[in-house]
Amino acid sequence: MAQRKGMEVSIAIAEAASACDVDCIAAYPITPQTHVVEHLAEIVAEGELDAEFIPVESEHAALSACIGCAAAGARTFTATSSQGLALMHEVLFIASALRMPMVMVVANRALSGPINIWNDHSDVMTERDVGWLQVFAENGQEAVDLVILAHKISEDHRVLLPIMVHFDGFIVSHMIEPLSLPDRDEVKKFLPNFVPAMRLDIDNPISMGPVGMPTVYTEAKMVAEAAVRGSYGPIVETFKGFGDMFGRHYRPVETYRSEDAEIMMVTMGSISETAMTWVDAQRERGEKVGLVRFRLWRPLPIEDFKNAVRGAKALTVIDRHFSPGGPGGPVSAEIKQVLYGTADAPQIVEFVAGLGGRDINMEDFDQMYGKTKAVLAGAPVPPFELIQVRGGHHGEI
Amino acid sequence: MVELRFHGRGGQGAVTSAELLALTAIDQGKYAQAFPSFGPERRGAPVVAFARIDDKPIRMRVAVREPNYVIVLDPSILKIVNTSDGMPAQGSVQVLNTSRTAAELRKDFGLKGKLVTVNANRIAAEEIGRVITNTTMLGALVRATGLVDVDGMIVQLKERFGRIAEGNIKAFRRAYEECVIEG
Repeated sequence: MAQRKGMEVSIAIAEAASACDVDCIAAYPITPQTHVVEHLAEIVAEGELDAEFIPVESEHAALSACIGCAAAGARTFTATSSQGLALMHEVLFIASALRMPMVMVVANRALSGPINIWNDHSDVMTERDVGWLQVFAENGQEAVDLVILAHKISEDHRVLLPIMVHFDGFIVSHMIEPLSLPDRDEVKKFLPNFVPAMRLDIDNPISMGPVGMPTVYTEAKMVAEAAVRGSYGPIVETFKGFGDMFGRHYRPVETYRSEDAEIMMVTMGSISETAMTWVDAQRERGEKVGLVRFRLWRPLPIEDFKNAVRGAKALTVIDRHFSPGGPGGPVSAEIKQVLYGTADAPQIVEFVAGLGGRDINMEDFDQMYGKTKAVLAGAPVPPFELIQVRGGHHGEI
Repeated sequence: MVELRFHGRGGQGAVTSAELLALTAIDQGKYAQAFPSFGPERRGAPVVAFARIDDKPIRMRVAVREPNYVIVLDPSILKIVNTSDGMPAQGSVQVLNTSRTAAELRKDFGLKGKLVTVNANRIAAEEIGRVITNTTMLGALVRATGLVDVDGMIVQLKERFGRIAEGNIKAFRRAYEECVIEG
């Protein structure tokens, strides 16, 4: 039986990957992901896990090696952050196009410059179009569970896609907190041995990754779209199976105290926990406010989201990344796209906050909520606003 | 929920203090967090670490700004850091490594909260053989606050320090006995 224990989340994630009995790990250390791969290297070196740990010269090489491992039929795991994920960029598309099952945990961190090792979502949000499945964890327990879930989803023959598990750098990755770590036997029952659908085999030679002429490229992209969108069913089914076995239930869109909410906060990642504490305080004061967030970011669970926000008068969307000179943050842009033309769609008030490790505190939620209420009271909908700027947008910085 | 902030210098084990406290609390069935201040770590530079303890799950992913308890591992920190920053007026406690009295420190630094003093440098030097005060300071903290059981902390000290646990346990126990709690 799993035992409740205090431990650092990164260590627990490495133990979860080990409990999944991964065959190959190729990774390059980068803050704040480092403890995950360091601990996995120790586990392999100590002989506790029979796996190949491939030290590589860069993240580009790490992901390339992972593709080779998965193509050979190995259960494959890697981890990165920020610049490391950015350096993988061109290889990410190839892993998904080749339909390579693998799990990558991403300790989310800001992209340079200025150089910054702290948490935001600029690394994940610039990799939305790479054809990977993507899920978000809000705390250590979810990160552990999602690593196990991710292997099962990724290897499902109806899916066969790589998957990223996002968890916030430092404020989750380096946190000591209570966790329940499923033991190997339990995990093995949930996650049987990997059976590749196709693999490189010298006795039965095949080619992987040939050129796609204009005559087939569009069809290949249509297949990719169908594969990622079609993974929704198996994902929901796998979440349910995990919940039945381990008692922890996950949904593509998660809500908190949202039943009769007039205003809903939309958050991603670990700020959702702080937001829950803020919502509790508001509810005690009689405010009709709730919380909604995407657990599943790719495929985007469009219908679940529409259902979750139905009846709300306004959404306060908090992005942790934005496109300079663009219309706003990526989460709010996608929500607008999803809700455009929907009858009785809520007003959307957009904010960007928590960049490069800046905490989002209670007064920040107060401020965003206040501005959203003003819109409901008749104030014009402002363009997206980057809050927490010292001196204001045009003041002294 | 109680919130704690540990002040020390890089290499003195402020982060380890926070971790040991949280691990003990979790072992005793509570919910707890411990985390560093995530800066570039440099030996000798002022550092802070944080912890939270509660009877229910803790849903906060921000630094501690209003600590109920502050622990100062290094006497020289008082000259360069306002360790009282953000402490609530009611019920807060500062646990200080010092050879001086609480009254003297209050006069010089205007410290907030009830003060608990212990000469952790001397205890650590005598029991551990090195002036690393993190485990010693935990003795004074546990005595002053009762946040965790002494026995539970000793289990953690044994697990963390293995063959060098004995000196740390002695230092922990001595600080528990020798600390002076104001008022």
